[in-house]
Amino acid sequence: MTLIELQGVSKTFPPTRKGGDPVHAVRDVDLSVEAGEIVGIVGYSGAGKSTLVRLVNALEPTTSGRLLVDGTDLTTLRERQLQKVRLGIGMIFQQFNLLQSRTVWGNVAYPLEVAKVPKAEHQRRISDLLTFVGLADKAHAWPEELSGGQKQRVGIARALATSPKILLADEATSALDPETTVEVLRLLKKVNTELGITIVVITHEMDVVKTIADRVVVMEQGRIVEQGPVFDIFSAPQEQATRRFVSTLVDAVPDAVALEGLRRTHSGRLLTLSFRDESVSQSAVFAEIIGRGVEFELVFGGIEDVRGRSFGHLTLELRGDPAAVDEAVAAVTALVETTEVA
Amino acid sequence: MDRVWELRPEFVEGLIVTLRLAAGGLLIGGALGLLIGTALYVSRTRGILPSRPVSLGLNVAVNFMRPIPFVLLAIALQPVSRWFGISGISEGHALVAVVFGSTFGIARIVEQNLVAVDPGVLEAARAMGASRWRVVWTVLLPEARGSLILGFTYALVAIVDMTAIVGIIGVHSLGYVALTYGLRQFDWTVTAVAILVIIVIVQIGQFAGNAWARRVLRR
Repeated sequence: MTLIELQGVSKTFPPTRKGGDPVHAVRDVDLSVEAGEIVGIVGYSGAGKSTLVRLVNALEPTTSGRLLVDGTDLTTLRERQLQKVRLGIGMIFQQFNLLQSRTVWGNVAYPLEVAKVPKAEHQRRISDLLTFVGLADKAHAWPEELSGGQKQRVGIARALATSPKILLADEATSALDPETTVEVLRLLKKVNTELGITIVVITHEMDVVKTIADRVVVMEQGRIVEQGPVFDIFSAPQEQATRRFVSTLVDAVPDAVALEGLRRTHSGRLLTLSFRDESVSQSAVFAEIIGRGVEFELVFGGIEDVRGRSFGHLTLELRGDPAAVDEAVAAVTALVETTEVA
Repeated sequence: MDRVWELRPEFVEGLIVTLRLAAGGLLIGGALGLLIGTALYVSRTRGILPSRPVSLGLNVAVNFMRPIPFVLLAIALQPVSRWFGISGISEGHALVAVVFGSTFGIARIVEQNLVAVDPGVLEAARAMGASRWRVVWTVLLPEARGSLILGFTYALVAIVDMTAIVGIIGVHSLGYVALTYGLRQFDWTVTAVAILVIIVIVQIGQFAGNAWARRVLRR
């Protein structure tokens, strides 16, 4: 079932100064998010991803297009009705945005107050939520007494208080150290699998996408330039922007700068092998080279694992009798995608 | 010093009137200032409830009132008080003047303190389904509470200053005591004692305000 659907959605902000140009933050975006999935939206800052999620919970009104959440077109609703819709959409933030004037308990209580949940039910609901995020012992702590990871856990508990169907995460781990990031991502995964909540994650970190997303959407200058299952996009990125993002995770074909470095120490023939199919094993590929008496050395690249499926690019330096090397290259090219590096 | 002792009843009355005016000014002017300051903040172009006419109107009003020296404001407002049936040289009129004077100053202080509230927290509350008004009352003002208390404490000093000035229209504050028995009778000691008492009032107010703010801010 499609939970969120954007059809030709655009968002234009008026010029910030008189006589300035309007800002086209989101341009003609089509996107659907299925119930129960985790979608990662990646893009550089200014790509429009933050604006895009704020359209989904109507913090920003769309300029044009249709935006359906759980079957309702938000563009037709009035503010009061949108407030009801927002109760069903949790949101967490890069800077956590906890209320400094309230304790952990008070922060989680806030959405319950907004939703007019009877006071008698607060106690049980809040302690359940804090137990779920692993902060039962911090109920009466103040936000400034918590670490970044703990603050985000409170943010998650607060976002889940009204039992939403959707959770929007706006750079939720970008202010956290790598270790804490892993913990928070694990918690988000738990939110998805145990509570069945659909999650839209905005990030500029490919690691985050790799760890939890099922599908990835790449944005550039307000448009979606590429989208698909994480493995497909990571192992065979089509667009320039996507390639740049994927290269932050795994080295592909060495670029000019990397090549210059390699050439300083490696004079032999350089060949990049791209593995993205489990049916061809690395050992079978290497056997073809070794079998022809060609020596090789691994000089660049890496292999990544996405949920048990691996892909990656390995650049080899081949040395030996030129005819044998030619033969080896031909044999390997028959098995996997190769790129000559010159 | 004997003269000061003789003037005991004058000082006591001066103290009581000063405290009454300061408390009234802080309470009423504080409430009105909070209202206008909040309106100034929310009506800004990118505010919670943007409104060009409200924003413009309030800004013009505040900028109109603020530069008027209080000594002149206290005199200029006399007809206004009289129109309400309050004598232009009474403590009632002094309160009207002090409230007028403090309201607009406090409005700006409130606005400044609200600007300092993290907009992300306001956005989070909106994302949780809170209405704009709810965000103002349950997030914006509570989040600014600590700095608002410090702001009001700061305003208290200016208000005590105003209570002294109304002495010139015959309202029996400590300022009146200093003017009448100090200045006009060439008795410097009386003036000095009146100043001392005012300093003590301000110190106590500042101390209480700081302590309260510290508790709210937890630092």
